Amino acid sequence: MTETNGSIIEGRTGPWEIVLGLEVHAQVVSNAKLFSGAATEFGAEPNTQVSLVDAAMPGMLPVINDVCVEQAVKTGLGLKAQINKRSVFDRKNYFYADLPAGYQISQYLQPIVGEGTIILDLPDGRTREVGITRLHLEQDAGKSLHDQHPTKTYVDLNRCGVALMEIVSEPDMRSAEEAAAYLRKLRSILRYLGTCDGNMEQGSLRCDVNVSVRRPGEPYGTRCEIKNVNSIRFVSQAIEYEARRQVELLEEGGTVVQETRLFDSGRGVTRSMRSKEHAHDYRYFPDPDLLPLEFDDAYIERIRATMPELPDAKKARFIADYGLSAYDAGVLVAEQETAAYYEALVEGEGGKTRDPKMAANWVIGELFGALNRAGRTIQDSPVSSAELGGLLDLIADDTISGRIAKDVFADMVETGKPAGEIVEAKGLRQVTDSGAIDSMIDEVLSRNADKVAEYKAGKDKLFGFFVGQVMKATGGKANPKLLNERLREKLQ
Amino acid sequence: MAALTDLTMAAALDALSKGEFSARELTEAHIAAVEAARPLNAFITETPDRALAMAEASDTRRRNGEASPMEGLPIAIKDLFCTEGVLTTAGSHILDGFTPPYESTVTTNLWRAGAVMLGKVNMDEFAMGSSNMTSYYGKVENPWRRKGNNRPLVPGGSSGGSATAVAARVALGATGTDTGGSIRQPAAFCGIVGLKPTYGRCSRWGIVAFASSLDQAGPMTRTVRDAAIMLGAMAGHDPKDSTSVNRPVPDYKAALTGDIRGLKVGIPTEYRVDGMPAEIERLWAQGIEWLKAAGAEPVEISLPHTKYALPTYYIIAPAEASSNLARYDGVRFGLREPGDSLDAMYEATRAAGFGTEVKRRVLIGTYVLSAGYYDAYYLKAQRLRSLIARDFTQAFEDVDVILTPSTPNTAFAAGEKMDDPVAMYLNDVFTVPVNLAGLPGISVPAGLSEDGLPLGLQLIGRAFDEETVLKVGEVLETAANFTARPGHQSA
Repeated sequence: MTETNGSIIEGRTGPWEIVLGLEVHAQVVSNAKLFSGAATEFGAEPNTQVSLVDAAMPGMLPVINDVCVEQAVKTGLGLKAQINKRSVFDRKNYFYADLPAGYQISQYLQPIVGEGTIILDLPDGRTREVGITRLHLEQDAGKSLHDQHPTKTYVDLNRCGVALMEIVSEPDMRSAEEAAAYLRKLRSILRYLGTCDGNMEQGSLRCDVNVSVRRPGEPYGTRCEIKNVNSIRFVSQAIEYEARRQVELLEEGGTVVQETRLFDSGRGVTRSMRSKEHAHDYRYFPDPDLLPLEFDDAYIERIRATMPELPDAKKARFIADYGLSAYDAGVLVAEQETAAYYEALVEGEGGKTRDPKMAANWVIGELFGALNRAGRTIQDSPVSSAELGGLLDLIADDTISGRIAKDVFADMVETGKPAGEIVEAKGLRQVTDSGAIDSMIDEVLSRNADKVAEYKAGKDKLFGFFVGQVMKATGGKANPKLLNERLREKLQ
Repeated sequence: MAALTDLTMAAALDALSKGEFSARELTEAHIAAVEAARPLNAFITETPDRALAMAEASDTRRRNGEASPMEGLPIAIKDLFCTEGVLTTAGSHILDGFTPPYESTVTTNLWRAGAVMLGKVNMDEFAMGSSNMTSYYGKVENPWRRKGNNRPLVPGGSSGGSATAVAARVALGATGTDTGGSIRQPAAFCGIVGLKPTYGRCSRWGIVAFASSLDQAGPMTRTVRDAAIMLGAMAGHDPKDSTSVNRPVPDYKAALTGDIRGLKVGIPTEYRVDGMPAEIERLWAQGIEWLKAAGAEPVEISLPHTKYALPTYYIIAPAEASSNLARYDGVRFGLREPGDSLDAMYEATRAAGFGTEVKRRVLIGTYVLSAGYYDAYYLKAQRLRSLIARDFTQAFEDVDVILTPSTPNTAFAAGEKMDDPVAMYLNDVFTVPVNLAGLPGISVPAGLSEDGLPLGLQLIGRAFDEETVLKVGEVLETAANFTARPGHQSA
């Protein structure tokens, strides 16, 4: 049996390194398809979003949807990639029932976007660069439905012709963890840009993984392509399985055959998928129905001007301006909406600002926890940033303690009431009257004279006991700072 | 007055505007001619009811003072153009029962210009052929016969039904499409005018595709003036065709001034091919003399890559066709032959649905695009295509128009050349380079062969200079004074 330890697999005969490259198909956010005016909405009734072009009726011709081109350029800029001012659409020829024209329009030798870079944020706070080989535009195929009829296959062409960006990485990743980080980061960038919604369950982000293994320092081994792995968790599982399979095969003296494999998520295994009759020769050639795609620098600059602040820049800014840790900043910028929530919380209303570190802790800790339990996203958070801000303000001005605030927050999530109202209604306001605290301290100390003696004899740990007793007596409402001060004084 | 079916478009328009007859009367005469000409098998689908309805609507428009440039003119449509609600076959079994729910841009333009549809005319299957012998709907006969010989002759192809219909006085004009000579060669064989416009001049939207980078629709008429009228109606930018060019459509009739003084006419040395009949050589020389007499200046030019044009064409056109014809798979429309699996259904459908010539070209096209052969065939052919186009560009630095024969021979008998595809392909030797370069070309009837068959001369122009091609074409037409009539003609 083999052991996986990050990027290295310890085999029977020594260590092996995993080498990974990803091909991601990202569905372009656009109202119409890549070469037709048909709608692209997910989940419509079968064959209700199909134009004559999509159905490849005789004499129909493709016309490029400029929106999709803009989205591809925007994505290329987001990947810090080379934008090719001249690119060419090619036909990839093969027969299948859900490919009406008998060819897919894609880009083969001259893609719209060339080499770029993506920076991975790893869980331990490290970062790592992964090269992007290319991004090209292509059409999606339709869907064959084999389960609708005992002997027939039904075809749904709604998806046929929808624009995809195929984003190919360099073989720069060395572990399932890095592959997962790559997908998360890519998805984050795409969502920031608004060029793909990144929804893997609905298939708007699909991933093929190229896996090979080698002895550290040796040339690349033969790779297998694992097709259509439709969640980040499955990507990790598929890689773990496939890398081990290859190592075991090689250690038994076998060779890895370059092939396409399918991940079976039910059994957690990959298996060979390409049968002989589908060993395709795609006969790529430039599509004579379309002119080369050409634009100038001004076009690229116009698109650049519409770019939002992207996760890497935002993260750097959060670290610099708010003094956050790289990890916290990375978590907060992963989703644009989280970052926006956080910033609204820190910047506050009417020019007041809040403690950025406390705000980060509350968002990452309490808010994320509450959202997780409720199965909600930050966009439909039960507590708005202004409401959470109200709670933080009560902590800041000593109205309540941080501990009480957690209870108040739970109430806010449940009832939707503002923090102040809950504090008042439940009488949670802190006791900050030093006279009242003094008398309660006196009472606790007199009741526990033996412990006071022990404390004075050097058992320092009992200080916490006294604090706890006073807190209990005040229902947790004593101002902790004041309590500590007064207690220390009285015990001297 | 001449029979209604013997009029030119220009004469018919004149008479219609003077109220000498109605569009309905003109159309009725042509419907009768369509019926009388059935033995020629020019039509796949006759649409007399639609024709009459369109003619009446035209008469109404004319009464209301809304006459358009082709108001009331009955024409035939090559069955490669999709026509809404009317069977469209491309001459193929595989499109059995296919009735498009849409109308091609070119026919839409023609109907907007007031033209009347008599029906859909026969053609080589998927426009692949030079004889009209490959149609699933049977061969078309040329209305002409050799002197003293009644053996049926081919009308040429692929727009053979169009050429026969126009030559036999069954339609005032017809649409054709030209991928390697499919308008000009049948026009030459049938003694009519055929114009292939510049690539991008007429929209390809709604025309069943053969080879997308070469296909171009154009008019087939009995006079150059009629071609100018009809092209004006067909042409124009179409946002639905990305290769359609956005530039204004000139008034082509206005270019027919008859004045070609000082114009330089290129005579390409490389078009003197081996084995070309002497009578075609003589006609070409005669053509040069006619233009010279009209004040033009002949200039010997060289188009050095001409000899590569046919092999280049027979790589690029089948390559594109093999991909364009992939959609005829039995899944969504047309013929379906059942099979035990998807692949078996494809094989059965395409085996039954495509004829021999189509299969040959799909196979050639598939081969030249295959891994390992792409560079040697397709890529090399693309490079040659650029060189062929450059030959023309360089020639047009010195000359305004180029004069060549349209075809290396006259119409042949049905069945001849059928056993040798290469001999058949040689028919396109003078026309194919024009498609590869995307230029406008016209075939004008210029004389008769010794055995009494029409011969055409071809004029090739600069890109989007149809005006010069038409102007010189009309001068040739006038000089040639081609008044001969085919044996079969209506009325």
